[in-house]
Amino acid sequence: MRARKLPNKVFFWILGIVASILLSGCGNEYLVLNPKGPVAETQYNLIIISAILCGIVIIPVLVITAFIVYRYRDTADNKAPYKPEWAHNTLMEVVWWGIPVIIIALLGYFTVRDVYALKESPNKEVKPITIQVTALDWKWMFTYPEQGVATVNHLEIPVGVPIHFKVSADAPMNSFWVPQLAGQVYAMAGMTTDLWIQADEPGAYHGKGANFSGEGFSHMQFTVNAKPQAEFEEWVQQTKQSADAMTKEDYEKLREPGLTEEITYSSFPKGLFEEIVAKYSHGHPMEGMDHSGHESTDAVQSEHSSHHQMPSTSPSN
Amino acid sequence: MWENIKSFASTFFVTGDPLIYGADVSIVLTMFAIVFVLTKYQKWGWLWREWLTTVDHKKIGIMYLIASLLMLFRGGVDALLMRLQLAFPNIEFLHSDHYNAIFTTHGTIMILFMAMPMMFALFNIVVPLQLGARDVAYPFLNALSFWLFMAGAMLFNISFVIGGSPDTGWLAYPPLSGIEFSPGPGQNFYIWGIQISGIGSLATGINFLVTILKMRAPGMKLMKMPLFSWSVLSSCVMIIFAFPILTVTLALLFIDRFLGAHFFTMAGGGNPMMYLNLIWMWGHPEVYIVVVPAFGIFSEIVATFSKKVIFGYKSMVIALMTIAVASFFTWAHHFFTMGTDASVIAFFAISTMVIAIPTGVKVFNWLFTMFRGRISFQQPMLWTIAFIPCFLVGGATGVMLAVAPADYQYHNSYFLIAHFHQVLIGGVVFGYLAGIYYWWPKMFGFKLDERLGKWGFWLWNIGFYVCFMPQYALGFMGMTRRYYTYGWDMGWAPLNLVSTVGAFLMGAGFIFQVWQIAYSIKHGERDKTGDPWNGRTLEWSIPSPAPMYNFAIEPRVKEADDWWRIKQEKANGTYQEEKIELEPIHMPKNSGIPIIMSGFWFIAGFGFTFEWVWMAVIGLIGVAACMWARSFDYDTDYYIPVDEIKRTEASLGRGV
Repeated sequence: MRARKLPNKVFFWILGIVASILLSGCGNEYLVLNPKGPVAETQYNLIIISAILCGIVIIPVLVITAFIVYRYRDTADNKAPYKPEWAHNTLMEVVWWGIPVIIIALLGYFTVRDVYALKESPNKEVKPITIQVTALDWKWMFTYPEQGVATVNHLEIPVGVPIHFKVSADAPMNSFWVPQLAGQVYAMAGMTTDLWIQADEPGAYHGKGANFSGEGFSHMQFTVNAKPQAEFEEWVQQTKQSADAMTKEDYEKLREPGLTEEITYSSFPKGLFEEIVAKYSHGHPMEGMDHSGHESTDAVQSEHSSHHQMPSTSPSN
Repeated sequence: MWENIKSFASTFFVTGDPLIYGADVSIVLTMFAIVFVLTKYQKWGWLWREWLTTVDHKKIGIMYLIASLLMLFRGGVDALLMRLQLAFPNIEFLHSDHYNAIFTTHGTIMILFMAMPMMFALFNIVVPLQLGARDVAYPFLNALSFWLFMAGAMLFNISFVIGGSPDTGWLAYPPLSGIEFSPGPGQNFYIWGIQISGIGSLATGINFLVTILKMRAPGMKLMKMPLFSWSVLSSCVMIIFAFPILTVTLALLFIDRFLGAHFFTMAGGGNPMMYLNLIWMWGHPEVYIVVVPAFGIFSEIVATFSKKVIFGYKSMVIALMTIAVASFFTWAHHFFTMGTDASVIAFFAISTMVIAIPTGVKVFNWLFTMFRGRISFQQPMLWTIAFIPCFLVGGATGVMLAVAPADYQYHNSYFLIAHFHQVLIGGVVFGYLAGIYYWWPKMFGFKLDERLGKWGFWLWNIGFYVCFMPQYALGFMGMTRRYYTYGWDMGWAPLNLVSTVGAFLMGAGFIFQVWQIAYSIKHGERDKTGDPWNGRTLEWSIPSPAPMYNFAIEPRVKEADDWWRIKQEKANGTYQEEKIELEPIHMPKNSGIPIIMSGFWFIAGFGFTFEWVWMAVIGLIGVAACMWARSFDYDTDYYIPVDEIKRTEASLGRGV
């Protein structure tokens, strides 16, 4: 789902002008306005569309306000009409109930369209990979069920491949956010939420926790390194050969409140993420709050079924 | 023994921070000063008879106002401390735990202990006068509401020096606010401070709903009621439906913490998302509860200072009441990012946008009230005119936030922070300030000084935009709320510094306003007429300040702007005065029970906070005893004789 063609050319020009105003003088620091993947781009387009639609209403109103306040000021020689009893005009009132209704209907259309669109893979032609995200106190752990590797506080992804994040937490609620690639989703203990991301260009992207989780929250930042597929696979191979394995004890240590540097693991305990989710859910793992049933790929299906086997292995705490 | 006391004191009192020690000293000194002054001038009896036990809505309103201004100061200092910490990257002015406590208390105080009492101040001062009533429907309950608010506010505020402040955000999401991650009394202070004042808020909501429905002067049909009273009605309806949700939610959270239940912890089969849903089912209506009365205030002021009848009265009423209903169907937009089903997100996105429609309509109606009017720029009108562009932009960013997929990018960022400060400062604070300037002469009999007021006005306004416009940009740069520090690498430094400067400009504006009040007490323009602004509604028909019984003769209302009608008729000689004989006026008696009962609530709350059950039990027994005493107190009212009314009116320059 690349950025859609907007209804007509005029609209596109307005969009271009507003975008160039917004972006002029703001370099790469404006992460949200510099999307590097289709999901963030969809959201960027919506930001621009909504800004324009709101602008259509408020800019004229601001002008009218200034005009009225100036013209009808109370000075002795003001010749503007004064009608102290004029208090009703059906036509006018219909107009200003009507204009916002139309604007909202238009905006509502775009909103609903993209709410549904973002629930699915942004690129159906390419087989996605799944990465599991766990928010800890106060660090991010990423486990790659398909590659078998794991990382802490940094994330390596291939360019041009849609990535299906399954997000959970073994700590207070947090929110997983990589502004240049996609808007955020909550990370909640005992539940998994889904987020699709795809990077279109190689680069290092800023990622972070966006929901307050206590003392070390401000330091819960990580880097997303997007690299070409071949390099990514090379990284996986290298990691498997050279990095240390994560043991259960290592994980328990990670779980303790505190800050850590970036870490890379050649492997992680099998089913770690599923265990993390299940231990809070008393044998009834919740598939996030998501009942949309739009699971589209084999990877997700197998993920699913492994989930449902979890209760039997769920630890007693 | 000594060691025990020392170790108790070191956990009981907050220690280790010079800022806190400074606060300790100033609190003790202030208390000594108050006691000294009251004793020296032998004012204890006066204080007790005239203020602490009063059931007069006007005096209760003034007490609410004083309390809310103090809380505005406290919350404002919190804000400035935060802005200092964020002025530059990597500074260690505040540590993480201290910063977390400060943003929590800032939010809680500004909404619950500043905005709410300032709103209740205006309810109390204005509504009965506007309706032509002599008091509210339940004067005793009204006093109790105020003292419960005070007990809750004080309980919340002492957490600053005793026991430690809550530090999990103003809505205290579990599991962070649960016992596992937040042991100690901090969260309990939050729960009990809000619980106790919340009972008062609910009672006020009921009180004013009944007052508006039952106590309007003869002839004032609902559709002839001034718009401020309509906005209060709308707000009260929301209070009555929303506050019980808050009470239940916090009660469940406390049961989780105190008794080890698992309503909101996953581990025991509970669900923290239920808390999010519940707290926002209260929290979203809550912001409309505080902003709707501001709409009412603007409606009064725009008409008065444009010398023109309000445009589209019916539209306004419909919009106010639509908001009251619609505000209950938008709560989930506070957590679009929860990963919920697309259909749920779509529903709440649309419902949130829809609420912008009635709100937008109101702006048009205010504009067209000014259109073909004659606008004079006195202080209340200045704040009203400043509100319009501010609220328009804040509303527009609100609509942008309602676009759910875009919200995934704004959520919890400074874009959101900028948005809600723009609607809460631009809407609520500007609105209440406008209302305070407008009705100040009615409360105290003099106007607030224009020159100092304009300094305050411009500092507030310029400061606002300097402070919050950069925060929209910071949101686009990915700056997340509740960061206590940040690095040089993100490029956030310059805009943060600008924002801090803006915050201090607003602080300077507040200082000018305090100066303005102090100056005007001596030098302010006295209001001898009772109608300093050429007003339109009934409150301006009586002297300033109003006598304790408000109206010597119950007004007979014919139009919405009835005082305007009378003035018009008098001017063109068509006014016919009805001859009505004075009658003794039935009034409620003062009572000490509200303040005593609230004192016991404070003791109970303090006991629960420290989980000292014996103390909580003592407090609750005291509460029950007060209720018992009140139930069997039959001597609660009296009549003001006609002679006394005549004397009072004559001394106010009004022969009857």
